[in-house]
Amino acid sequence: MEKELRLMKGNEAIAEAAIRAGADGYFGYPITPQSEILEYLMEANPIKTTGMVVLQAESEIAAINMVYGGAACGKRVMTSSSSPGISLKQEGITYIAGAELPCLIVNVVRGGPGLGTIQPAQSDYFQAVKGGGHGDYHLIVLAPASVQEMADFVDLSFELAFKYRNPVMILSDGAIGQMMEKVWLAPQKERSKTSPEWATTGKPPTRERNIITSLDLDPNAQEIFNRKLVAKYNEIKEKEVRYEEFQCEDAEYLLVAYGTSARVCQKAIQLARAQGIKAGLLRPITLFPFPSKQINSLADKVKIILSVEMSAGQMVEDVLLSVSGKVPVYHFGRMGGIVTTPDEVVENLKSKIIGG
Amino acid sequence: MAEVTGIKEIIRPENLVYKRTHLMTDNILSYCPGCGHGTTHRILAEIIDEEGLQTETIGVCPVGCSVLLYNYIDIDWQEAAHGRAPAVATGIKRLLPDKFVFTYQGDGDLAAIGTAETIHTCNRGENILIIFINNGIYGMTGGQMAPTTLPGMKSSTSPYGRDVKLMGNPLKITDIVATLPGTYYVTRQSVHTPANVRKTKKAMRKAVQYQKLNKGTCFIEIVSNCPSGWKMTPVQSNKWMEENMLAYYPLGDFKIPVEETVQKTSNPERND
Repeated sequence: MEKELRLMKGNEAIAEAAIRAGADGYFGYPITPQSEILEYLMEANPIKTTGMVVLQAESEIAAINMVYGGAACGKRVMTSSSSPGISLKQEGITYIAGAELPCLIVNVVRGGPGLGTIQPAQSDYFQAVKGGGHGDYHLIVLAPASVQEMADFVDLSFELAFKYRNPVMILSDGAIGQMMEKVWLAPQKERSKTSPEWATTGKPPTRERNIITSLDLDPNAQEIFNRKLVAKYNEIKEKEVRYEEFQCEDAEYLLVAYGTSARVCQKAIQLARAQGIKAGLLRPITLFPFPSKQINSLADKVKIILSVEMSAGQMVEDVLLSVSGKVPVYHFGRMGGIVTTPDEVVENLKSKIIGG
Repeated sequence: MAEVTGIKEIIRPENLVYKRTHLMTDNILSYCPGCGHGTTHRILAEIIDEEGLQTETIGVCPVGCSVLLYNYIDIDWQEAAHGRAPAVATGIKRLLPDKFVFTYQGDGDLAAIGTAETIHTCNRGENILIIFINNGIYGMTGGQMAPTTLPGMKSSTSPYGRDVKLMGNPLKITDIVATLPGTYYVTRQSVHTPANVRKTKKAMRKAVQYQKLNKGTCFIEIVSNCPSGWKMTPVQSNKWMEENMLAYYPLGDFKIPVEETVQKTSNPERND
């Protein structure tokens, strides 16, 4: 089968890509600005075609625990929500990380804190990349900057989740979720007919019983498990860093931005270069693992680094850690559901250059 | 370790008059002497064994005294977060509809923190079995007040007795789930006498059959004792349970399949 070209919202692209990726189940709860994912799946009714289960749960908490149950059966399962709903899911997410279960969680971020706004923001960065729930753990975090990447990252997320037995988050925002772009959709994948050997599928006489748990009352055993997780995260940091560079070859000023902010920064770089300011962009595609090595080596070539985020300054802390003090690092961002404009980015960059 | 060795020396073929059931593991139960969990585990293991369901069963453990249940019965298990077992079981059953799926939960887990999951799982009529152990107290954390603690009953967080004006009333959640169209079979049993053990086992066997027939949610409450939490000997606790717990939580069927109701109406005894 060939790829198919369609004009879709980012949210719809995620839903369609999930069916095509051979997902086994989706469990969700409505919240703006991502309800189209659940709506699209309900209308597509994939139980009739691929056999994929779609269920509206009574809460985000129930939905993530349904994901736990399905993931522990070795199935490709997912949920989606937006910021306040993702906060509710944190309990389930830490249990999933602690039980080493593969799954996909989509966060179409809106402004906060609290009930906040329904407009796009990037203010859940810390929650996504530093764990989010209690205990030492990490999600693999992918940051799409287009509707195409919303679609492409679904299958990639499942591949990474099963490769590492680790939950994966697609950290999007209300702008990418709601905007329409053309998107090439992958052909339909068949749903897997087999389960991994660790999955709970009913104990046959040929193996020991499978137990999915995150509990260990023996602190020595728990520490051994924590070390195992650390080793896994180190392997992920080694092998799975993804990023994109944009006009970095001759850049004197480096912007670092992901998702919607990265789209804004691409335009800002054109405007800056028209004014003779040699700016470039590094766009992290994986936020965990973070492209620290690449940013560190670019820091040898540029004079200033500006981290542009729709937040009060969250990713900038990881940029600072990456740069190790080689050059000044600044943050610029709008908040509360306001998307930064390219002109604002250029003006801010210019003020930092003069200030520097 | 001395105690463990002692038990192993006693368990010799020449001394055996009664055996553990096939699916119970060799692990030593973490329960206090006289507690109803061990009996209930045995009934459950017997049913799974007798119905030939070991290869078909996925159990969901709660947070509470039975958090380590997966160490005791030789089937596939998932450990759920506190209160979330019915949601976890929903995920399992929706993706593996041919498997036998059950949750095993205490009163705090099922009727306090997990009330929403309990109600909505029953309301959707998820085709699972929920086993609900009600001993009116939080046992594992040291005897705090539970949603089912009786009026006036003392616990470490109601040291002067449960004052319902300040602390709310005991929640009869079994009565509530029986009103939901999604439940098919709802009953309240106990395991404190051999006769009650037999009735509970009969109820579990029914629930297994109903799940095979995709009938909806089956819900079995088992009123149990908690000698440690209630600060009583096992014998005292059973007597206290009969006089107080069973007076507030009377045993019997709350909801039986419509086709069986006709046969039942002539018999006033709920529990035959």
